[in-house]
Amino acid sequence: MSNYQLSHLDELEAEAIYVLREVFSQFQNPALLFSGGKDSITVAHLAKKAFYPAKIPFTFLHVDTGHNFPETIKFRDDLIEELGVRLAVGSVQDAIDDGRVMEETGANASRNKLQITALLDTIEDENFDVAIGGGRRDEEKARAKERFFSHRDEFGQWDPKHQRPELWNLFNGKYNPGEHFRAFPISNWTEFDVWQYIMRENIEIPSLYLAHERDVIWRDNTWLPMSEHIVLRDGEKVEKKKIRFRTLGDITITGGIESDADTIEKVVEEVSAMRQTERGNRSDDKRSETSMEDRKKEGYF
Amino acid sequence: MEILRFTTAGSVDDGKSTLIGRLLYDSKSIFEDQLDQVSETSKRKGLEHVDLSLLTDGLRAEREQGITIDVAYRYFATPKRKFIIADTPGHIQYTRNMVTGASTANLALILIDARKGLVEQTHRHAIIASLLQIPHMIVCVNKMDLVDYDEAIFEKIQEEFKEFAAKLNLKDIRFVPISALKGDNVVNRSEKTSWYSGETLLHTLENIYISSDNNYIDPRFAVQTIIRPHSDKFHDFRGYAGRISSGVFRKGDDIVALPSGFTSRIKSIFNGMEEVDEAFPPQSVTITLEDDIDISRGDMLVRPDNQPQQTQDLDVMLCWMDEQPPRPRAKYILKHTTNEARCMIKDIKYKMNINTLSRIEGDKTLHMNDIARVQLRTTKAMLWDPYKSNRITGSLILVDEATNNTVAAGMIRRNK
Repeated sequence: MSNYQLSHLDELEAEAIYVLREVFSQFQNPALLFSGGKDSITVAHLAKKAFYPAKIPFTFLHVDTGHNFPETIKFRDDLIEELGVRLAVGSVQDAIDDGRVMEETGANASRNKLQITALLDTIEDENFDVAIGGGRRDEEKARAKERFFSHRDEFGQWDPKHQRPELWNLFNGKYNPGEHFRAFPISNWTEFDVWQYIMRENIEIPSLYLAHERDVIWRDNTWLPMSEHIVLRDGEKVEKKKIRFRTLGDITITGGIESDADTIEKVVEEVSAMRQTERGNRSDDKRSETSMEDRKKEGYF
Repeated sequence: MEILRFTTAGSVDDGKSTLIGRLLYDSKSIFEDQLDQVSETSKRKGLEHVDLSLLTDGLRAEREQGITIDVAYRYFATPKRKFIIADTPGHIQYTRNMVTGASTANLALILIDARKGLVEQTHRHAIIASLLQIPHMIVCVNKMDLVDYDEAIFEKIQEEFKEFAAKLNLKDIRFVPISALKGDNVVNRSEKTSWYSGETLLHTLENIYISSDNNYIDPRFAVQTIIRPHSDKFHDFRGYAGRISSGVFRKGDDIVALPSGFTSRIKSIFNGMEEVDEAFPPQSVTITLEDDIDISRGDMLVRPDNQPQQTQDLDVMLCWMDEQPPRPRAKYILKHTTNEARCMIKDIKYKMNINTLSRIEGDKTLHMNDIARVQLRTTKAMLWDPYKSNRITGSLILVDEATNNTVAAGMIRRNK
C-alpha cells in the first residue's frame, strides 16, 4: 500500500482543487482575488489544474490601490491573457475620486484599509457571491481561525465568534441575498509549502520575489522601495541594495529584505532558514496586535 | 514527506499550550517576531513567563479573556513530516469544537496531568476520539517533573486509561511520560525517565504508520462537477471531476453510476493536466467514461461488485452544534459527500453522556454540544457506507433552512 501515499504537496494540492471545485459548484458567480502575489498566482495555477481541459470559470478580481509595483501589473495582464479569463478591477483611486473614501493623512498614511471599500463595492457591483483568496492560516493569528468557506454578512463583515463549524470535507456555502462568501483553498499551506510548490510546478512569478538591485530607503525596520509615492523624511536617504520581497502589496508599505537569492531554488533554501514571519515587513500589520482581525471583520481579504 | 493531522484538546492548566509551543519552538516553526510579540504581551499582562498560548489564541476576545473560543490550526514541519494541529478548547463549546477538530484528524493527542490522573475531561476526549474514529491516539502523561518522574505513577495512569479505553473503539494507543515545560521526552529523550523504553513524542508523531488510514478497499467517487470544455481541441470531452473518497480506480475498470445504475468503463483519468493510470484517496481527479451516460453532481461512481447502501432512513450519531435546539417538525438540508437532500429528525433514540458513555433514555430534546443517536428520514435515497468503514461516505452535516447555519454533524451507523 505504500505506493498509495501522497506527498504533502500532492495532498495539499488535492485539497485545494477539491475546494475550488466546491466553490464552482456551490456558487453562481465566483471571483478569484488576484493581487499578482505568489499566493494568488498559486491559486490561479491550482484553478487551471482543477478545471483542465476547460478554462478557469472564475473572473479574476484585482483590488488596485493605485500604488503598484509596475512589474506586478505587467505580470497580471500577461497571465490574464494567457489564461483567457476576464479581469475586473476594484480601484481605490476611483473610490477616492468618487468621494466614497477619504485618503488617509499623517505619517503612517496608507491605502491599505481603503481597499476594503473598493473590494466590497466591486463585489456588489459585479454580483459576486464568493471571492476566492490566497489567504493562509499560518500567515497571521486571526487567519488561523479562518474557515475554507467563510461567511460574510450583507455589510461584508466577518463574525469570527459565530463561524459555522466546518467538518470533514463538507462545506456549507448557503447564504441569503446580499451576503457573500470568501473561500480559501490554500488555508492549510505554509509559506514554505507555497515556495516548494512554485518550484516543483515551475510556476512563473514576478521577478520582484527574486533578489535584484533596487533603490530603497530604511524605514520602520525594513527596506522600503523608492517610488513616486514616497516622500523622504528627515534623515532618510535613498540607497541601492540587493533585495527581494517576501510578499507583494501596496508599494508604499511593502518592505523588502536584503538577499542574494536570485533563483527560486535559492529562495526556497532561504525561506527554510527564515526566522521572521513574512508579514513582519508589512507595516499594515504592525499597527496593533489585532489589526488583521479588525480589518478582516470589516471585510478585508 | 507526508502530512499528519492531529487534534489536541485540553483546558488552560494542563499544559497543552506549553506543549504545542514547545513542538513549534523546537521544530523552529515559531518565528522571532512572533515570539517577540508574545513576550511583550506576556510582560504587559504582568506574567513572569512567556505565555505560549498567546501564539494560538489569535482573536481579540480570546486574548482579552484568556480563553480559546474556536478551533485554531497550527503548522509545523520536521524533515520527516508536515504536521497540521487542530487545537481545540477544552471548556466552553468543547464538544462542538472537539468534534470539528477530530473530523479530519489521523491522530488524537490527549494530555493527562500526572498529579491528577484521569479526570472527566480525559474521558470526554477519548470518547469523542472513538466516536469520530480517529485512527491513532497518543496519551501524554504530562508534568512528570512534578511527581519526581515516578514510574509507578505513569504505570498507574496507563493502566487506568487502558481499562477505560477497553469500552471504546480505539485501536492504536501509545503512552509517553513527558514534561512539556522542561522538555522531557517531547523532542529529546529524558535522562530522568530511564525506566521508559518507548519513543519520544515527536519521534512517535514522525514515525507512526498512517498509510493505511485511508480506505483503499471500497471504490467510491462522488461527482463534484462536470467538465466540458467546448473547445476545438477537446470538442467531445466530458469529464467527471471529484475527489476519490476511498478505494482505487483504474483505467479500464468497469463502473456503475449511482443512483441511475447505468454501467460503463473508465476511459481516462486526469490528475491535473496529466493523464494517469490509476487514482486513489485523497486525490482530486477527472474521470472520463467510454459511454455517454447521464451523470450529475451528487452521483457516485462505484464498482459493480462493491456498492454502498441506498436508503432514505439513516441511523446516525448526531452532534448538535447550534445554539437553538431543533424546531418541532423542522426540515433540514442534509449535506453528504457532494450530494444534498432535505431531511427531518424522525426520532431521538437516546442521548449520550459524553463523560461516562452511559445512555440517557427518554430525553427527546437536543441542545448545543449534545450527542444523540437519531433516526433521519431523507427526501431521496442517500448513497452511504457506515462511518466505521468510511469516514467520507459515512459522514454528514445538517444545515438549517431558515438560518443557513450548520447545526449538526452526523456519523452514519451500520445497519442492524
